Order: sequence, then structure tokens, then C-alpha cells
Amino acid sequence: MQYLTEHPILPLEERPVVHITVDGCPIEARLGDTIAAALTTHGIRVFRHTAKRRQPRGIFCGIGQCTDCVMVVDGKPNVRTCVTRVREGMVIQTQEGNGGNCGTL
Amino acid sequence: MERYDVIVVGAGPAGLGAAIEAGRAGARVLLLDEHDRPGGQLFKQIHKFFGSQAHHAGTRGYAIGQMLLQEAAEAGVTLGLGQRVWGIFPDGSVTSTDETTSTRRWGNYLVLATGAAERAVSFPGCTLPGVMTAGAAQTLVNLQHVLPGREAVMVGAGNVGLIVSYQLLQAGVQVQAVVEAMPEITGYAVHAGKVQRAGVPILTGHTVVQALGDSCLEGVELAALDAAGQPIPDSRRLLPCDTLCLAVGLNPRMELAAAAQCELVWSGPLGGLLPRHNARMETSNPHILVAGDLAGIEEASTALDEGRMAGLGCAYKLGLLDPAVYSRRCQEVQDRLDSLRQGPFGARRRTAKEEVFFL
Repeated sequence: MQYLTEHPILPLEERPVVHITVDGCPIEARLGDTIAAALTTHGIRVFRHTAKRRQPRGIFCGIGQCTDCVMVVDGKPNVRTCVTRVREGMVIQTQEGNGGNCGTL
Repeated sequence: MERYDVIVVGAGPAGLGAAIEAGRAGARVLLLDEHDRPGGQLFKQIHKFFGSQAHHAGTRGYAIGQMLLQEAAEAGVTLGLGQRVWGIFPDGSVTSTDETTSTRRWGNYLVLATGAAERAVSFPGCTLPGVMTAGAAQTLVNLQHVLPGREAVMVGAGNVGLIVSYQLLQAGVQVQAVVEAMPEITGYAVHAGKVQRAGVPILTGHTVVQALGDSCLEGVELAALDAAGQPIPDSRRLLPCDTLCLAVGLNPRMELAAAAQCELVWSGPLGGLLPRHNARMETSNPHILVAGDLAGIEEASTALDEGRMAGLGCAYKLGLLDPAVYSRRCQEVQDRLDSLRQGPFGARRRTAKEEVFFL
């Protein structure tokens, strides 16, 4: 996927690059991006795996209500990536289960 | 503890309307919102609004949002962003968190304008990444300026499904089809026409049988429905897509109203369980008023005017408006609301509203 490059209505502005890492890989985001949006532009759609069945989950509601898109951000689990904006140097990890050290739960 | 005349929860069109009217009348108003930017879902509405001149007809949603923010600032409204309200207590205090600390504030009157949540619908594969609400796709495109995918299928031919389909097309997403289980298109013909003229088929009487894919969505299986609403096996077909958007209605976000023990009432046409209220947006809790989608799913112009009604009500209860002025202003707002609830779609909402009103 990609950022919009042209649009009939929306004014599209250049935004500064912000560097983040996702599961150890450096990627470029733009200032003002939510984590979820930045990952989407890089084709990353699986944000976590569920605790019990290890099923993939990604963006669902996009406005912070459903918590399906949570990831581990700077070591903190269960961060809603659709309402959390990128910061320079942010370290993001795919969340496995509840993201903690609680065994298989 | 900080004290305010009015605390408004939710800075979408309804909350902004309430804050503006109460603030203009001279009330000390705090407007809280869980997000880091105000406007609720208004800033992702890039289409031109309907209604009369008084409803900014012909103006795009985000431009209306800008106007409202300006009006709120001029009305002296204090904005508390990044504050998720989690509690309302019998003494009128409201607690909110910024995810680190909780803050308790006290308000004479509360206006709840917590909006709505998009509904989900269940089918095999519905949790695959790539299956998302129509609003999520709209947020990605119109606010984040990011394409949610390349090929999308929309479920639901109501106004949300139709408008978001068109906005996905505008952004360059290939919309394969709009799937609608009802036998007819349920949104406005003007929105349906724009989608159809772009070459997108609207498949009424069809449903999603399953979403397919390994780790992400790769396609969707559709089927026509028989008279009993069951999928017709022979009609099954596969559409490849990486994005499946769900526009299957909204529910009022009534959790805070319920926690504050506002009497709740069920209304199918208005989206489900919601706080019972009257035409002045008062609830069974004498300190709490409601507005917008929380008070029944309608649309942004209605939400704004319901908010204005609630804000006027707070100002009047605080003694900041004399009865004659309050009465006249309420009538003006009511006239606008009535004009928004005309026609076959509007009349249904108007009837539903009247059914949930206190007598």
C-alpha cells in the first residue's frame, strides 16, 4: 500500500520523515501518522496474534474503540496503534497473545 | 477539584454544538475528548453536506469542523483532549484518564455526546486482517492519507457504505462491488448513483458467505439470498480483494449514560439501546443531557443541532438565558431538526425519536 499522491479534494502536504522499527526492521513513517497507518503503507497488516488460537489480527475500527490493532510499543503491550502517533525512534513489535509474560494466556 | 458549569463529553459535532451554545451564553464549559484532535468523525467527511443554508449545505464536513472549532474557541470553551472519560458519579463529578493519571472534575451539568460505534457482522474469516469497518477505511484514506488496500469490497449499501465506497474510489482504490443483503439500496439515490456511474455494481439481495485468506484477506465469497434470506448455493462466487469494508450500521455508545443511571430505551431504527430523552435533550438524570448519535443514530447536521439544543438547555438551567430567549432559540433549533427529518428516510427517524421521548 502507499500514501495518497493525488486526490481530487484533499490537500496533500509533505510531512517530515520519522524513523521507527517494526520487529527489528527500520521503516520510514511520516510525522502525524498513526502507527497503524505507517505500517499499512509498508504492507504490514498483521499487528498481533491472539492468545489462544494464535490468529492474526489487524486494523478493524480505526478509531481506538475495538482494540484489535494493539501492539507492543516501546516495550509496552496493548497499545492501540490506530490512535497512537509515531515518534522518532519508536520501537514497535508484533504482539503475541497479551504481550506479557503470562505463559499461554 | 476543577469546577465547571458544563462538562461536555465528546468533541464531535454534537459536543461542539453543545459547548458552543453553552459557552456563548456565558457558561464555563469544559469539552473532553479521548482523541488527540477534536471534531469526532467530522474531519473525515470530505463530501458536501445536505440540508439548508443553516446546515452549511454544500460545505464539506471537514470545513464545517473547522468552523465549529473556531466558534468553540470564540465561545471560550476549554478543550481537554486525550482525556478518556471513564466515570460519572452521583455528585456530578466526572473522571477521565490520559492513560497515565486520572483527573476528577465537577460540573453542574453534563452533556454526553459520546457518539456511536460501528457494528460488526460475523462470518467465517471476519477477523482476518483486511476486514475492517467502513469508518476505518475512511479514516485511513481521508485522515491518514493512506490507502487501506488496492481492491475493496463494501458490505452495506446504506449511506455510509455508499459514501465511503465513493471516497475509496476518489483515493484510487478499486471498489469491486457493494454488497447489500436487503432487496433494495438503503442509502440515498444520489450517493448510489455516484458509485454506480463509476462502474461499481451494487449487489442487492447478496451476502458475504466467507472471507478467505491465510494470514490476510485475499478474497471474499458472495452469494445471492433467497426469499427466506438464505444463501443460494449455485449463486456463490469469489471476488478477489485485499480489503473488505463493513458498513452495517452503528450503535449508540451508551456506556457512560448507563453508568450515570440514565434510563435506557431500545429503538431499532435509532441503532439500539440509548438514553431516553425529550425534545430538549434532557434525560432521566436531571443533571445530564445527551446529543448526537448517542441519542439515536442519525447524521452530523442533526447531531450538531441536537448539541446546540442541549447547550441551550444547560445555559437556561444555569440561569444564563431568560425563558423567552430560551424558548425562541429552542424553536429555531427544533425547526432545523424538523427540516432534517423530512422525506421517507427522515420521517422514519422522526417517528422513532418521538417513540423514545419522555411524554
